[in-house]
Amino acid sequence: MAYSNKVIDHYENPRNVGSFDKDDASVATGMVGAPACGDVMKLQIKVNAEGIIEDAKFKTYGCGSAIASSSLVTEWVKGKSLDEAQQIKNTDIAQELALPPVKIHCSILAEDAIKAAIADYKQKHGG
Amino acid sequence: MNYFKLFNLPAKFDLDLTELGSRYLKLQKQFHPDQHSSGSERDKLLAVQQTANINDAYHSLKQPLLRAEHLLALRGLKISHEQRSFTDPLFLMQQMELREQLAEIEQSADPDAVIADIERQLQQQKKQLLQQLASALDTETAEQDQLAADLIRKLKFFFKLQQELELIEQQLQD
Repeated sequence: MAYSNKVIDHYENPRNVGSFDKDDASVATGMVGAPACGDVMKLQIKVNAEGIIEDAKFKTYGCGSAIASSSLVTEWVKGKSLDEAQQIKNTDIAQELALPPVKIHCSILAEDAIKAAIADYKQKHGG
Repeated sequence: MNYFKLFNLPAKFDLDLTELGSRYLKLQKQFHPDQHSSGSERDKLLAVQQTANINDAYHSLKQPLLRAEHLLALRGLKISHEQRSFTDPLFLMQQMELREQLAEIEQSADPDAVIADIERQLQQQKKQLLQQLASALDTETAEQDQLAADLIRKLKFFFKLQQELELIEQQLQD
Protein backbone atom coordinates (compact mmCIF):
# COMPACT_ATOMS: atom_id res chain seq x y z
CA MET A 1 0.00 0.00 0.00
CA ALA A 2 1.39 3.39 -0.97
CA TYR A 3 1.32 6.33 1.41
CA SER A 4 0.20 9.70 0.10
CA ASN A 5 2.77 12.50 -0.19
CA LYS A 6 1.20 14.31 2.76
CA VAL A 7 1.54 11.24 4.97
CA ILE A 8 5.17 10.81 3.94
CA ASP A 9 5.85 14.51 4.59
CA HIS A 10 4.41 14.35 8.12
CA TYR A 11 6.11 11.03 8.75
CA GLU A 12 9.54 12.25 7.65
CA ASN A 13 9.19 15.72 9.15
CA PRO A 14 6.79 15.28 12.04
CA ARG A 15 5.63 18.59 13.52
CA ASN A 16 5.56 19.20 17.24
CA VAL A 17 7.06 15.97 18.50
CA GLY A 18 7.75 15.93 22.21
CA SER A 19 6.22 16.45 25.61
CA PHE A 20 5.14 19.24 27.95
CA ASP A 21 5.42 18.99 31.70
CA LYS A 22 2.19 17.22 32.60
CA ASP A 23 2.12 18.87 36.03
CA ASP A 24 1.88 22.33 34.44
CA ALA A 25 -1.69 23.54 35.10
CA SER A 26 -2.06 24.89 31.56
CA VAL A 27 -1.14 21.52 30.04
CA ALA A 28 -3.59 18.71 29.36
CA THR A 29 -2.82 15.21 28.08
CA GLY A 30 -4.80 12.79 25.94
CA MET A 31 -3.66 9.18 25.78
CA VAL A 32 -5.24 6.70 23.39
CA GLY A 33 -4.33 3.38 21.86
CA ALA A 34 -5.54 0.98 19.17
CA PRO A 35 -5.50 -2.61 20.40
CA ALA A 36 -5.73 -4.07 16.89
CA CYS A 37 -2.36 -2.67 15.80
CA GLY A 38 -0.84 -1.81 19.20
CA ASP A 39 -0.43 1.88 18.35
CA VAL A 40 -0.08 4.28 21.26
CA MET A 41 -0.64 8.02 20.92
CA LYS A 42 -0.04 10.85 23.39
CA LEU A 43 -1.30 14.31 22.48
CA GLN A 44 -0.74 17.31 24.75
CA ILE A 45 -2.16 20.80 24.55
CA LYS A 46 -1.09 24.01 26.28
CA VAL A 47 -4.05 26.28 26.89
CA ASN A 48 -3.80 30.00 27.75
CA ALA A 49 -5.99 32.03 30.11
CA GLU A 50 -8.38 32.88 27.27
CA GLY A 51 -9.01 29.18 26.61
CA ILE A 52 -7.03 29.16 23.37
CA ILE A 53 -4.68 26.29 22.54
CA GLU A 54 -1.31 28.00 22.29
CA ASP A 55 0.82 24.98 21.57
CA ALA A 56 0.52 21.24 21.06
CA LYS A 57 2.87 18.28 21.13
CA PHE A 58 2.55 14.60 20.38
CA LYS A 59 4.36 11.33 20.72
CA THR A 60 3.10 8.37 18.73
CA TYR A 61 4.35 4.82 18.47
CA GLY A 62 2.71 3.33 15.42
CA CYS A 63 2.54 3.24 11.65
CA GLY A 64 3.20 6.17 9.30
CA SER A 65 -0.49 7.04 9.09
CA ALA A 66 -0.84 7.21 12.87
CA ILE A 67 2.20 9.47 13.15
CA ALA A 68 0.99 11.69 10.29
CA SER A 69 -2.54 11.92 11.77
CA SER A 70 -1.27 13.06 15.16
CA SER A 71 1.28 15.43 13.62
CA LEU A 72 -1.46 17.04 11.51
CA VAL A 73 -3.80 17.42 14.48
CA THR A 74 -1.15 19.24 16.54
CA GLU A 75 -0.85 21.74 13.66
CA TRP A 76 -4.61 22.15 13.33
CA VAL A 77 -5.39 22.75 17.00
CA LYS A 78 -2.91 25.57 17.51
CA GLY A 79 -4.77 28.90 17.82
CA LYS A 80 -8.14 27.17 18.23
CA SER A 81 -10.44 27.41 21.22
CA LEU A 82 -11.24 24.17 23.04
CA ASP A 83 -14.72 24.17 21.50
CA GLU A 84 -13.30 24.60 18.00
CA ALA A 85 -10.73 21.85 18.56
CA GLN A 86 -13.53 19.60 19.79
CA GLN A 87 -15.09 19.87 16.31
CA ILE A 88 -12.17 18.22 14.52
CA LYS A 89 -13.47 15.11 12.77
CA ASN A 90 -11.52 12.03 11.83
CA THR A 91 -13.01 12.30 8.33
CA ASP A 92 -11.28 15.70 7.89
CA ILE A 93 -7.95 14.19 8.94
CA ALA A 94 -8.41 11.18 6.65
CA GLN A 95 -9.34 13.43 3.74
CA GLU A 96 -6.44 15.82 4.24
CA LEU A 97 -3.94 12.94 4.36
CA ALA A 98 -5.73 10.88 1.69
CA LEU A 99 -5.76 7.85 4.00
CA PRO A 100 -6.90 4.57 2.45
CA PRO A 101 -9.85 2.77 4.10
CA VAL A 102 -7.60 0.36 6.05
CA LYS A 103 -5.90 3.34 7.73
CA ILE A 104 -9.05 5.23 8.73
CA HIS A 105 -8.64 3.95 12.28
CA CYS A 106 -5.44 6.04 12.56
CA SER A 107 -7.46 9.20 12.01
CA ILE A 108 -10.05 8.01 14.54
CA LEU A 109 -7.20 7.57 17.02
CA ALA A 110 -6.05 11.17 16.44
CA GLU A 111 -9.58 12.54 16.85
CA ASP A 112 -9.99 10.56 20.08
CA ALA A 113 -6.60 11.82 21.30
CA ILE A 114 -7.52 15.50 20.96
CA LYS A 115 -10.92 14.83 22.56
CA ALA A 116 -9.19 13.02 25.45
CA ALA A 117 -6.80 15.97 25.92
CA ILE A 118 -9.71 18.45 25.98
CA ALA A 119 -11.58 16.25 28.48
CA ASP A 120 -8.43 16.11 30.64
CA TYR A 121 -8.16 19.92 30.55
CA LYS A 122 -11.80 20.37 31.53
CA GLN A 123 -11.45 17.89 34.35
CA LYS A 124 -8.30 19.61 35.64
CA HIS A 125 -10.09 22.96 35.60
CA GLY A 126 -13.32 21.82 37.17
CA GLY A 127 -15.69 21.53 34.32
CA MET B 1 -19.84 -21.20 13.59
CA ASN B 2 -18.89 -22.72 16.93
CA TYR B 3 -15.27 -23.83 16.57
CA PHE B 4 -15.35 -25.80 19.82
CA LYS B 5 -18.31 -27.85 18.58
CA LEU B 6 -16.50 -28.56 15.34
CA PHE B 7 -13.78 -30.34 17.33
CA ASN B 8 -16.25 -31.66 19.89
CA LEU B 9 -14.34 -29.91 22.68
CA PRO B 10 -15.79 -28.05 25.69
CA ALA B 11 -16.18 -24.30 25.04
CA LYS B 12 -13.58 -23.25 27.60
CA PHE B 13 -10.53 -21.01 27.52
CA ASP B 14 -8.41 -23.63 29.24
CA LEU B 15 -8.05 -25.96 26.28
CA ASP B 16 -6.05 -29.16 25.88
CA LEU B 17 -3.87 -28.17 22.91
CA THR B 18 -2.56 -31.69 22.34
CA GLU B 19 -6.11 -32.97 22.10
CA LEU B 20 -7.00 -30.08 19.76
CA GLY B 21 -4.03 -30.99 17.56
CA SER B 22 -4.94 -34.65 17.23
CA ARG B 23 -8.62 -33.90 16.56
CA TYR B 24 -7.56 -31.38 13.93
CA LEU B 25 -5.46 -33.98 12.10
CA LYS B 26 -8.26 -36.55 12.27
CA LEU B 27 -10.88 -34.13 10.90
CA GLN B 28 -8.53 -32.89 8.23
CA LYS B 29 -7.99 -36.44 7.02
CA GLN B 30 -11.70 -37.17 7.07
CA PHE B 31 -12.58 -34.14 4.97
CA HIS B 32 -9.53 -34.04 2.77
CA PRO B 33 -10.74 -33.36 -0.80
CA ASP B 34 -8.79 -36.42 -2.01
CA GLN B 35 -11.06 -38.62 0.08
CA HIS B 36 -14.02 -37.27 -1.85
CA SER B 37 -12.59 -37.42 -5.35
CA SER B 38 -15.08 -40.09 -6.37
CA GLY B 39 -18.05 -38.16 -4.95
CA SER B 40 -20.37 -35.73 -6.72
CA GLU B 41 -19.30 -32.14 -7.50
CA ARG B 42 -21.40 -31.02 -4.59
CA ASP B 43 -19.66 -33.44 -2.22
CA LYS B 44 -16.28 -32.24 -3.41
CA LEU B 45 -17.24 -28.62 -2.90
CA LEU B 46 -18.54 -29.35 0.59
CA ALA B 47 -15.32 -31.15 1.47
CA VAL B 48 -13.25 -28.15 0.33
CA GLN B 49 -15.47 -25.79 2.33
CA GLN B 50 -15.29 -28.00 5.39
CA THR B 51 -11.50 -28.22 5.15
CA ALA B 52 -11.31 -24.41 5.10
CA ASN B 53 -13.56 -24.22 8.18
CA ILE B 54 -11.44 -26.79 10.01
CA ASN B 55 -8.27 -24.82 9.27
CA ASP B 56 -9.81 -21.52 10.39
CA ALA B 57 -11.15 -23.12 13.54
CA TYR B 58 -7.83 -24.75 14.39
CA HIS B 59 -5.83 -21.54 13.95
CA SER B 60 -8.32 -19.56 16.04
CA LEU B 61 -8.45 -22.05 18.91
CA LYS B 62 -4.70 -22.58 18.98
CA GLN B 63 -3.90 -18.96 19.80
CA PRO B 64 -5.02 -17.77 23.24
CA LEU B 65 -6.19 -14.30 22.15
CA LEU B 66 -8.16 -15.55 19.15
CA ARG B 67 -9.60 -18.35 21.28
CA ALA B 68 -10.71 -15.83 23.90
CA GLU B 69 -12.23 -13.59 21.21
CA HIS B 70 -14.10 -16.55 19.77
CA LEU B 71 -15.45 -17.50 23.21
CA LEU B 72 -16.70 -13.96 23.73
CA ALA B 73 -18.22 -13.88 20.24
CA LEU B 74 -20.13 -17.08 21.06
CA ARG B 75 -21.48 -15.25 24.11
CA GLY B 76 -22.58 -12.34 21.91
CA LEU B 77 -19.66 -9.98 22.53
CA LYS B 78 -17.83 -9.37 19.25
CA ILE B 79 -14.59 -7.44 19.55
CA SER B 80 -12.36 -8.81 16.78
CA HIS B 81 -13.06 -6.02 14.27
CA GLU B 82 -13.71 -3.12 16.62
CA GLN B 83 -12.09 0.24 15.83
CA ARG B 84 -12.83 1.91 19.15
CA SER B 85 -9.82 3.55 20.79
CA PHE B 86 -8.54 2.21 24.07
CA THR B 87 -8.44 4.98 26.67
CA ASP B 88 -7.13 3.61 29.98
CA PRO B 89 -4.55 6.37 30.70
CA LEU B 90 -2.46 4.48 33.27
CA PHE B 91 -2.16 1.42 31.08
CA LEU B 92 -1.27 3.52 28.04
CA MET B 93 1.30 5.49 30.04
CA GLN B 94 2.98 2.19 30.91
CA GLN B 95 2.87 1.16 27.23
CA MET B 96 4.47 4.46 26.27
CA GLU B 97 7.26 3.88 28.80
CA LEU B 98 7.91 0.38 27.48
CA ARG B 99 8.01 1.75 23.93
CA GLU B 100 10.55 4.34 25.07
CA GLN B 101 12.67 1.59 26.62
CA LEU B 102 12.55 -0.28 23.31
CA ALA B 103 13.63 2.83 21.43
CA GLU B 104 16.62 3.26 23.72
CA ILE B 105 17.95 -0.29 23.36
CA GLU B 106 20.27 0.54 20.50
CA GLN B 107 22.03 3.34 22.38
CA SER B 108 22.55 1.31 25.53
CA ALA B 109 25.97 -0.02 26.54
CA ASP B 110 24.70 -3.57 26.84
CA PRO B 111 21.74 -4.05 24.46
CA ASP B 112 21.47 -7.79 25.16
CA ALA B 113 21.01 -7.21 28.88
CA VAL B 114 18.34 -4.54 28.24
CA ILE B 115 16.53 -6.83 25.82
CA ALA B 116 16.58 -9.66 28.35
CA ASP B 117 15.25 -7.34 31.03
CA ILE B 118 12.38 -6.03 28.87
CA GLU B 119 11.65 -9.57 27.71
CA ARG B 120 11.28 -10.60 31.35
CA GLN B 121 8.90 -7.71 32.05
CA LEU B 122 6.77 -8.53 29.01
CA GLN B 123 6.56 -12.22 29.86
CA GLN B 124 5.57 -11.47 33.43
CA GLN B 125 2.87 -8.98 32.44
CA LYS B 126 1.52 -11.30 29.75
CA LYS B 127 1.37 -14.23 32.13
CA GLN B 128 -0.49 -12.15 34.70
CA LEU B 129 -3.00 -10.82 32.17
CA LEU B 130 -3.58 -14.29 30.70
CA GLN B 131 -4.31 -15.67 34.17
CA GLN B 132 -6.79 -12.86 34.80
CA LEU B 133 -8.33 -13.50 31.38
CA ALA B 134 -8.76 -17.21 32.11
CA SER B 135 -10.56 -16.56 35.36
CA ALA B 136 -12.75 -13.79 33.87
CA LEU B 137 -13.82 -16.07 31.01
CA ASP B 138 -14.56 -18.94 33.40
CA THR B 139 -16.99 -16.84 35.41
CA GLU B 140 -19.33 -16.41 32.41
CA THR B 141 -21.16 -13.28 33.56
CA ALA B 142 -21.78 -10.23 31.36
CA GLU B 143 -19.63 -8.12 33.67
CA GLN B 144 -16.72 -10.55 33.64
CA ASP B 145 -17.05 -10.87 29.86
CA GLN B 146 -16.56 -7.10 29.57
CA LEU B 147 -13.52 -7.37 31.80
CA ALA B 148 -12.25 -10.22 29.62
CA ALA B 149 -12.67 -8.02 26.52
CA ASP B 150 -10.53 -5.32 28.16
CA LEU B 151 -7.90 -7.88 29.12
CA ILE B 152 -7.75 -9.09 25.51
CA ARG B 153 -7.25 -5.48 24.36
CA LYS B 154 -4.42 -5.04 26.85
CA LEU B 155 -2.81 -8.32 25.83
CA LYS B 156 -2.83 -7.22 22.20
CA PHE B 157 -0.59 -4.28 23.14
CA PHE B 158 1.80 -6.67 24.85
CA PHE B 159 1.90 -9.04 21.89
CA LYS B 160 2.68 -6.06 19.68
CA LEU B 161 5.51 -5.02 22.01
CA GLN B 162 6.85 -8.56 21.87
CA GLN B 163 6.90 -8.36 18.06
CA GLU B 164 8.68 -5.01 18.15
CA LEU B 165 11.25 -6.36 20.57
CA GLU B 166 11.94 -9.36 18.33
CA LEU B 167 12.35 -7.01 15.38
CA ILE B 168 14.93 -4.95 17.26
CA GLU B 169 16.74 -8.11 18.32
CA GLN B 170 16.95 -9.22 14.68
CA GLN B 171 18.21 -5.84 13.52
CA LEU B 172 20.93 -5.86 16.15
CA GLN B 173 22.06 -9.29 15.05
CA ASP B 174 22.33 -8.28 11.39
